[in-house]
Amino acid sequence: MDASHAEDVRKHVRIYVSVFVALLTLTVVTVTISYLNLSVVPAIIVALVIASVKGSLVASYFMHLISEKKLIYAALGLAAVFFLALIFLPLLAMSDRIH
Amino acid sequence: MEIPYTVKARPDTGLVNAKLGVWLFLASEVMLFGALFSSYILLRIGSVEWPHHVLDVPLATINTAVLISSSITMVMSWASLMEKNFGKYRRFMGATILLGLVFLIIKYFEYTHHFAAGEIPSKSTFFAIYFTMTGLHGLHVIGGMIVNSYFWGPGSKMWKTQPERFTNRIEVAGLYWHFVDLVWIFLFPVLYLL
Repeated sequence: MDASHAEDVRKHVRIYVSVFVALLTLTVVTVTISYLNLSVVPAIIVALVIASVKGSLVASYFMHLISEKKLIYAALGLAAVFFLALIFLPLLAMSDRIH
Repeated sequence: MEIPYTVKARPDTGLVNAKLGVWLFLASEVMLFGALFSSYILLRIGSVEWPHHVLDVPLATINTAVLISSSITMVMSWASLMEKNFGKYRRFMGATILLGLVFLIIKYFEYTHHFAAGEIPSKSTFFAIYFTMTGLHGLHVIGGMIVNSYFWGPGSKMWKTQPERFTNRIEVAGLYWHFVDLVWIFLFPVLYLL
C-alpha cells in the first residue's frame, strides 16, 4: 500500500464519520419535530424531506453512489421511474374517489 | 470453473460482476419495498382515522441510531480491508453483526409488547401494514446478518488467498446492508412519527 492510497482511505474515513454524525443529528431533529404537533401536511413534508436527505447521504457516501459507473445509474434511474409511478398510483386513486 | 470478473472490471460495464449483480438486486428490492410504501399510502388516504405516536418512539429512535451505527461499522470494515488491516476488519464486522442483533432484540421487545396488548395485525389497518413492513425489513436484517457472519467467520479465509476478491465481497455485502439501513430511514418516520 503506497502513501497516497493510505491518505485516500483516511480521507474517506473522515467523510464516513461526518456522514454518521449528520445522520444521528437529523434523526434527533426529525423526532423532535414530530413532537411539535404540526398539522398533517407540513409534518409529512418535513419528515419526508429529512428522511430523503438522510437516505441520500447513505446512498451517496456509504454506498459510494456519488462516484459510480454509468450502468448502475441507468439501472437505478429505471427503478426510480417505476418507484415513483408506484408511489403516485394511490394519489390517482384518491382523485378518482366516488363522493 | 473460474468465476469471471471478480477482481478485474468487465470492459463493457466497467464493473466487477458482483457489484452490478448486487445493484440490480437492490433495484428489485426498491420495487418490493416501493409496492409496500404504495400500499401504505393507499391504506392511509382511504382510512377514516390514522393513529399518531401509538408506537414506542424513544425505542425506535434508539433502534434508528443502532442501525445507522451498524452502517458506519460496515463501511469501516471495508475501509479496514482497503488498509490491509484484517484484525481491524474483524472487529468492525463483528460490531456490525452485534448491532444488527441489538436491533432485532429491541424489535422483539416491541413486538412482544404489542402482542401482549392485543395489537396484532388484524387489530387495524395500521397494525397490519406496520407488521408487514417492519417484519419484511426484519427478515432483511436477519439475511444480512447471516451473510455478514459468514464473511466474519469461515468466508474470511479468502483474505489469505484472494484479498482483492474478498475486499470486493465485503463492499457488495455492505451495499446490501446500507440498503437495509436506508429502508429503515424511511420506515421510521412513516410508521412511528407521522
